[in-house]
Amino acid sequence: MTVDIMTTPQHNDSLLRFMTCGSVDDGKSTLIGRLLFDTKTILADTLTQMEKTSKKRGMGAVDLSLLTDGLQAEREQGITIDVAYRYFSTGTRKYIIADAPGHEQYTRNMVTAASTANLAIILIDARKGVLTQTRRHSYLAHLVGIPHIVVAVNKMDLVDYDQAVFERIRADYLAFAEQIGLQRAGHDITFIPLSALNGDMIVDRGEGLDWYTGPTLIDLLESVPAAHSEQSEDFRFPVQFVCRPHASDDPELHDFRGFMGKVESGEIAVGDAVTALPSGQTSTVKAIQLGVEQLPTAITEQSVTLLLEDEIDISRGDMIVKTGAAPEPVKQIDAFVCWLSETPLSAARTYIIRHTTRESKAKVGEIAYKVDVNTLEELPTQGLAMNDIARISFRLAQPLMVDAYNRNRATGAFIVIDESTNNTVGAGMITG
Amino acid sequence: MSNLNKKTLSHLDWLESEAIHILREVAGQCSNPVLLFSGGKDSLCILRLAEKAFRPGRFPFPLMHIDTGHNYQEVVNFRDQRAAELGERLIVRSVEDSMKRGTVVLKSEDESRNKHQSVTLLEAIEEFGFDCCIGGARRDEEKARAKERIMSFRDEFGQWDPKNQRPELWNLYNARSHKGENIRAFPISNWTEMDVWQYIEREQLQLPSIYFAHQRNVVMRNGSIFPVNVPLTTGEVINQPKAGEEVITMQVRFRTVGDITCTAPVISDADDVSKIVLETATTTITERGATRLDDQTSDASMEQRKKEGYF
Repeated sequence: MTVDIMTTPQHNDSLLRFMTCGSVDDGKSTLIGRLLFDTKTILADTLTQMEKTSKKRGMGAVDLSLLTDGLQAEREQGITIDVAYRYFSTGTRKYIIADAPGHEQYTRNMVTAASTANLAIILIDARKGVLTQTRRHSYLAHLVGIPHIVVAVNKMDLVDYDQAVFERIRADYLAFAEQIGLQRAGHDITFIPLSALNGDMIVDRGEGLDWYTGPTLIDLLESVPAAHSEQSEDFRFPVQFVCRPHASDDPELHDFRGFMGKVESGEIAVGDAVTALPSGQTSTVKAIQLGVEQLPTAITEQSVTLLLEDEIDISRGDMIVKTGAAPEPVKQIDAFVCWLSETPLSAARTYIIRHTTRESKAKVGEIAYKVDVNTLEELPTQGLAMNDIARISFRLAQPLMVDAYNRNRATGAFIVIDESTNNTVGAGMITG
Repeated sequence: MSNLNKKTLSHLDWLESEAIHILREVAGQCSNPVLLFSGGKDSLCILRLAEKAFRPGRFPFPLMHIDTGHNYQEVVNFRDQRAAELGERLIVRSVEDSMKRGTVVLKSEDESRNKHQSVTLLEAIEEFGFDCCIGGARRDEEKARAKERIMSFRDEFGQWDPKNQRPELWNLYNARSHKGENIRAFPISNWTEMDVWQYIEREQLQLPSIYFAHQRNVVMRNGSIFPVNVPLTTGEVINQPKAGEEVITMQVRFRTVGDITCTAPVISDADDVSKIVLETATTTITERGATRLDDQTSDASMEQRKKEGYF
């Protein structure tokens, strides 16, 4: 059966960001190539280029995995060093794929890709079943709070499309998922048998999997809730920029004071009572604007400008919240931190923590333990090297207005910056 | 907690919101940013996004165009007109001035000046002390862009080192730089060519006329349609046909607009935005594949140019 997909996105459709976890051996590149190919994202000239390269490398058919072939620098070394972003559309949705290399030493890339994803496809080779890397990928997807997990059991064609193989892998995975608490409220796991090479259960259902009655991969992608819809309902508005056009000739703008930012969670309406943090001063929303357009409300992920009834002092780094639902400003945080830098963490140094639009100097308090991402064991440790994940506390020079990461990915996340190089060296998720 | 009925943004609203957020982060984190504006469709989208991000205030950055001197007059005129309508400051720096200074030396008189824009850009960055340049590059354009950061770090020589980029997580952008270093910020990284056209359609953005189907004198050169006898604002006419080439008139439009010597049009009847949206949905050729002669030299030519400071 062939499903015809309309590939022109409509103006009122939604957007889903997802990531793919697996190695080249699991057929990850082929899967992405197949999604792009079957949704007609690959155009003729790209295909011609791929045909040429496939031939040059002595392959008979067009190798779909070439689509995700990386930079010259990577090809020369035969490795993938970075997250690549790819795009495709159906009639109802636009998709952004974060494609991360799956190897252990690229934990930081997986965490990077996961940070913006709302769904993760975890690839399993049907011949090999649940492996150490499957556990690692699942743990990281869980740690970074991805609500929808799709376990794609690939290469079903190589096990004669045997249902028993699929069921055994599902049972193995579920046992492990229970152990790490993958299934919790608002989070789900779906299993799909497929063959990326033949295109079975990606867009078309194919011939060999009649016993499977669940959704195809694309059906599932089309139906899961769109971007970040599982966020907490608490209104959080970190202020990015304050607009005060004093020099304007327009007398109406004379007292204009617009607080510009993005609604990270929740909703706001004109007339709502709000509190500015950390000062604690209160006011009421007088107007909500997008450019010069007036809006009655603003929803999660919408960038707007808020005008308040009262003249209160608010600057970049402050946060506007609804009165009565304010987070407590804190000067110490506990978090899971993934170390991203080749230079190890030094407990003696002062770092900068950026949380929403706010920065604070920070010092390491205590390193409770690090997590072996393969066995999930908690190990004692003195320091942190690249790709390590550990539970750490930081002492802060400035208060931050935080939520627990598992309640709110936007206000529970932070990055650690090395002031001497300005590099981003750590990624943190606040516990509690 | 079931959120199935919770309101979410449409894909265009989401992309718009993300881009506004990025522009405001640049304004909040950088002390002296500049918005690169060529008069092309991607940078026209960014101007609309900047209006939504900062009005009723002024833009917290000037606009700047690096002019190769080989731009279509329709585009140059449109550039000036748009900047004037917005009441924002436009800086123009030209490759010809770099040639006069001797910092750009062409291998031959007819060598394309396109890649030499990098030199002029770096000179302008130094002249004004810009710590961030906002540009309209998109990740879907080219392989070397698929791994580009939204805030991309360049060293004091303007070089992009793919192995030395900052990890970028959530929407916590790190645009910090030391003196002499530079951030390139790409607010429409996650847009595709289709998104750009749909946004132009929705926002009813005006574009230079050469984006729409028009009659043009061309020759066929190396399998591409090559525009010939193009007049410049200076009155000079460039892209002379070579001996033996037959000049024909074709109905064409440009999918990308850049230096005249390396940008080719496509055959098209699409004379308004909605027809272009339809054509974009059914085309079989990628945007740069069809039209950017500078990308066709090798599989890695964009990557190479970027390492040398190109946008």
